[in-house]
Amino acid sequence: MSVEEFHQKAFPGQELKWQTLWVGKELRAEIEKIMHRKFPNLRIRYWGEGAKTAWMFEEIGKELPITVGVVVNAGAIEQVQIMEYRESRGGEVRYPFFTSQFSDVRLEQKKSKWQLDKHIDGITGATLSVRALKKVTTLALYCHQHTEFAQLASE
Amino acid sequence: MKKIVLSAVIGAMPFVANAQDKAPSVEEMWQLIQAQQAEISKLKQQLNTTSVKVESLDVKVEATAEAVDSGAAFADNSLAAWAQKTSLGGYAEHHFNHFEDGDDQIDAHRYVLYIAHQFSDDIRFFSEFELEHGVTGEGEPGEVELEQAYIQWDFHKNHSVQFGQFLIPVGIINETHEPDTFYGTERNRVESEVLPATWWETGIQLIGEVAPGLTYNAAIHSGLEVPVDGGSAFRIRSGRQKSAEANAEDLAFTGRLKYTGVPGLEVATSFQYQQEITQGAAADDAGAFLTTAHVAYQSEGFGFRALWAGWDIDGDDFEDADADSLEGWYIEPSYKINSKLGFFVRYSEWDRGNRTDRDFEAYDYGLNYWLYPTVVLKADYTDSVGEGDEADAFNLGVGWSF
Repeated sequence: MSVEEFHQKAFPGQELKWQTLWVGKELRAEIEKIMHRKFPNLRIRYWGEGAKTAWMFEEIGKELPITVGVVVNAGAIEQVQIMEYRESRGGEVRYPFFTSQFSDVRLEQKKSKWQLDKHIDGITGATLSVRALKKVTTLALYCHQHTEFAQLASE
Repeated sequence: MKKIVLSAVIGAMPFVANAQDKAPSVEEMWQLIQAQQAEISKLKQQLNTTSVKVESLDVKVEATAEAVDSGAAFADNSLAAWAQKTSLGGYAEHHFNHFEDGDDQIDAHRYVLYIAHQFSDDIRFFSEFELEHGVTGEGEPGEVELEQAYIQWDFHKNHSVQFGQFLIPVGIINETHEPDTFYGTERNRVESEVLPATWWETGIQLIGEVAPGLTYNAAIHSGLEVPVDGGSAFRIRSGRQKSAEANAEDLAFTGRLKYTGVPGLEVATSFQYQQEITQGAAADDAGAFLTTAHVAYQSEGFGFRALWAGWDIDGDDFEDADADSLEGWYIEPSYKINSKLGFFVRYSEWDRGNRTDRDFEAYDYGLNYWLYPTVVLKADYTDSVGEGDEADAFNLGVGWSF
């Protein structure tokens, strides 16, 4: 799935400009806790309109990066799209029977740790890909909170 | 506008003149207004210049962020680009075995490194390099092994082909065996003895999806060379040639269908045919069929695995040795009470071609404690209950992957 196709899935019929979430010191520290790794990017680009935001991230499962698009609406996941799957095993995570589990999932904090508020059933043989997707969706929900669009929703 | 303002000012002048003797004259007012107008024009111009500068700065900041995020700002761009396309990973496990009928043992069982590289969007390389049992060399127990090394080409949407050395698509742990992904310090004996995991060969393999969650594998590759004499005669596990100057007189064909269309569920069956499983060592053709089937299910904390595998081998040598039909199976329920702690029990039965006079049966039970999602501590007990009652042991392990 191309970037433009994901844009159209997230915001059908709209042409939105990129928004930028600058990654400051505190935001970076939280992101690195969620991703369990360093996060070197200066900024994260996304689209936003109303109470909805759309994000694209890359995360390695076992060997190679998986490109994932996540749409967050009013603090809950609306869509998860696997835009590019490059791993040699575990491609089942691309399909709706798996990604639909993320619908309406929200962010929760337990013992100062950000996580999804719902259990996601894994796929045997694709443990690392599933783990990567859980991290990316958590990250999208967390970043959404730090945008003006999340504040719009709460007003 | 200027005229209106001026008229108003002039109109007001008599009152102002009456009120203040030193009030400016009309001429002075005119000059004052002109000076103010010039100042306003200058400020407007400065504002326009600042606005252009801010826009330009936005572009520069965006370009800088883009360069830093993409790695283009590094001094050596080619190294950064190579690094972005290359990944490193691996796993390791250390074991302690307290044997009931033997010496206790501590073993650096496996230390494995993966290296992968993405040549293009549809061509990539993957490899797995392994050191087993710590030390290699003459008289040492260890081995250095190339476990996987292949090129994968995604030649069509949802369909790929692998060239090189790959893991045979059979069973549950043969392809996915990082220590944090299974219960038990030691890998289960059914898959080790009967399949025999970890099992790799060299050849060509097609992989693809025919429907969401339904995948196939079809491979032609080097085969086993099961010995027909010596202490390991007719033992399937001893037939692994590990692609080390492997005898390739008789190749093998493997196929698998796997369904994972329900989250948490995997159902698969594999078949293999090898025209001559001894590579010509047997007195007559020892054609061999392997059939395997398994189911694995995980939902919330509950887990369940079950596997059956069997060989049907032709020829008088195997029949005379009572090794023409070798089977094994196990069931393994488990329960993870939280994200860190899980318990399991496993019952297994299996045959060994070189010890067909004995039944091998065992119960394994114990726990895994995940310090981190990919770092696990293990404690379990193996209770052998068949006629081949051996290797009862209390096992401890630590394993990780990255």
